[in-house]
Amino acid sequence: MNLTAIRAMYVSEMARFFRTFMQSFLSPVISTSLYFVVFGAAIGSRIDEVEGVSYGSFIVPGLIMLSVMTQGISNASFGIYFPKFTGTIYELLSAPINFLEVVIGFAGAAATKALFIGTVILGTSALFVEMEVQHPLVMVLFLILTCVSFALFGFIIGIWAKNFEQLQLIPLLVITPLVFLGGSFYSINMLPPIWQTITMFNPVVYLISGFRWSFFGVADVPILTSLLAIGLFQGLCLFAVWWIFKTGWRIRK
Amino acid sequence: MTDILTLEGVEKTYDSGFIALHGVDLTLKEGEILALLGPNGAGKTTLISCICGTVMPTGGKITVGGFDALTNFRKARSLVGLVPQEIHLEPFSRVWDTVRYTRGLFGKKHDDAHLERVLKDLSLWDKRDSRVVELSGGMKRRVLIAKALSHEPRILFLDEPTAGVDVDLRKEMWEVVAKLKASGVSIVLTTHYIEEAEAMADRIGVINGGRLALIEEKDALMSRLGRKSLKIDLETPVDVIPDTLSSYNLKRADDGFALVYEYEAGASRTGITRLLADLRDAGLCMNDLSTRQSSLEEIFVSLVQSEQEERA
Repeated sequence: MNLTAIRAMYVSEMARFFRTFMQSFLSPVISTSLYFVVFGAAIGSRIDEVEGVSYGSFIVPGLIMLSVMTQGISNASFGIYFPKFTGTIYELLSAPINFLEVVIGFAGAAATKALFIGTVILGTSALFVEMEVQHPLVMVLFLILTCVSFALFGFIIGIWAKNFEQLQLIPLLVITPLVFLGGSFYSINMLPPIWQTITMFNPVVYLISGFRWSFFGVADVPILTSLLAIGLFQGLCLFAVWWIFKTGWRIRK
Repeated sequence: MTDILTLEGVEKTYDSGFIALHGVDLTLKEGEILALLGPNGAGKTTLISCICGTVMPTGGKITVGGFDALTNFRKARSLVGLVPQEIHLEPFSRVWDTVRYTRGLFGKKHDDAHLERVLKDLSLWDKRDSRVVELSGGMKRRVLIAKALSHEPRILFLDEPTAGVDVDLRKEMWEVVAKLKASGVSIVLTTHYIEEAEAMADRIGVINGGRLALIEEKDALMSRLGRKSLKIDLETPVDVIPDTLSSYNLKRADDGFALVYEYEAGASRTGITRLLADLRDAGLCMNDLSTRQSSLEEIFVSLVQSEQEERA
């Protein structure tokens, strides 16, 4: 393991984050506050409790997941796509490092950023609604697993993308709908039976449900199923990364 | 001198089926400058890319400083610095940060004194806090060199270091390369400017169509393949070259006011003495004599042409 190189990549990626710190920090704070104003105060006041939890509090885990997933993907995919775009990828290819080290450096930095933003949103939420976390360890575990998995997934998208349009395509067409329809803002039990069944094919449901369980002890699916789902997703991403590493797909001619 | 780089039968076939390299053998001696000459698309960049790891060779063996470039890539690559042909730099990073980043990427511990030396040698020290996007084209190119030197490589690859660069800057780049050589770094540079190879290289390799057409000491190459021409200025013009001079294959020049005789520069008998005597016997009055050695450019063009004819 070339730890010096991993640190160099990680530090350089984090530096990009800190260069635009106000933007990185303020945008999740502002958007979360807006969600609370709209869903929590305006609409939420007309909704009774969901599963015994006030609506404002109920949406907190979903909001955090929404941001963590999209941030993890966008940071990691942009992080590795940008060197491809500017051509500086030649450095990564000619350096005495292997692909695994590149993944740790780049996806690690992206996961860290997502984790930071998730924490900021959690803090912001505490200003608006009453918060309780029944299983803090499980919450932290879920948060970290999600950050890492989606950073890996973003990394794969960044390697795959041949232009900026493709870079936005998967997050826009796949991730955002899955997250919005995955129970960020509602309980699956609120849907008609047929949609409940369809929703079970949405992998994001398991993540949000499990994460919400760590807060309130209520879930749409059993917590172990949720852990299994995120574990499976992470496994798939790791396998894809290993395959890319093995074949040099879309990086080394 | 020991060999620091050896290539044995290196081949590259791209996915499209295009064969960029047909089994190239090459050695680089420690401390020398090797220039690889060739027209566009000859395989120069592919060859360099195979050595540096940005392109996977499909056959052959590459050894850098005794380490196999594939199986022992960490040790092999840490000896190599690459300056790419295009200016590939992250536009918003600062000079100091980007140079420091490369050193880290190559697994070297921080050594700010070394980086300071590199930047000063390349006249970039004053610009260390500038963003790349604020620099001129020549400075960006020097930043690329600084990055490549940041991890103290023993071989530096310069892929067309002066492509699209003005004359002043080109001369400046030559000085930089001369300095690097003096510091003990071995250098491989590709170019299609022959004067560049002539000015800098110890040895010259000619690549064409993915094959190494020849590789030789520059001076030996010049004298082996170099032809000289003798230009004889005449007092009165000749319309027809006299029959007595037909064996010399003279050419008329300057509307008959001059005759040109070509001969091998390295030949033991050039025939000049006899030619001058025959000219006098033919009644031609000479005003002036001048000789000229053909440049590498001409050598190169004739090499490429003869190879194309061979294949045709």
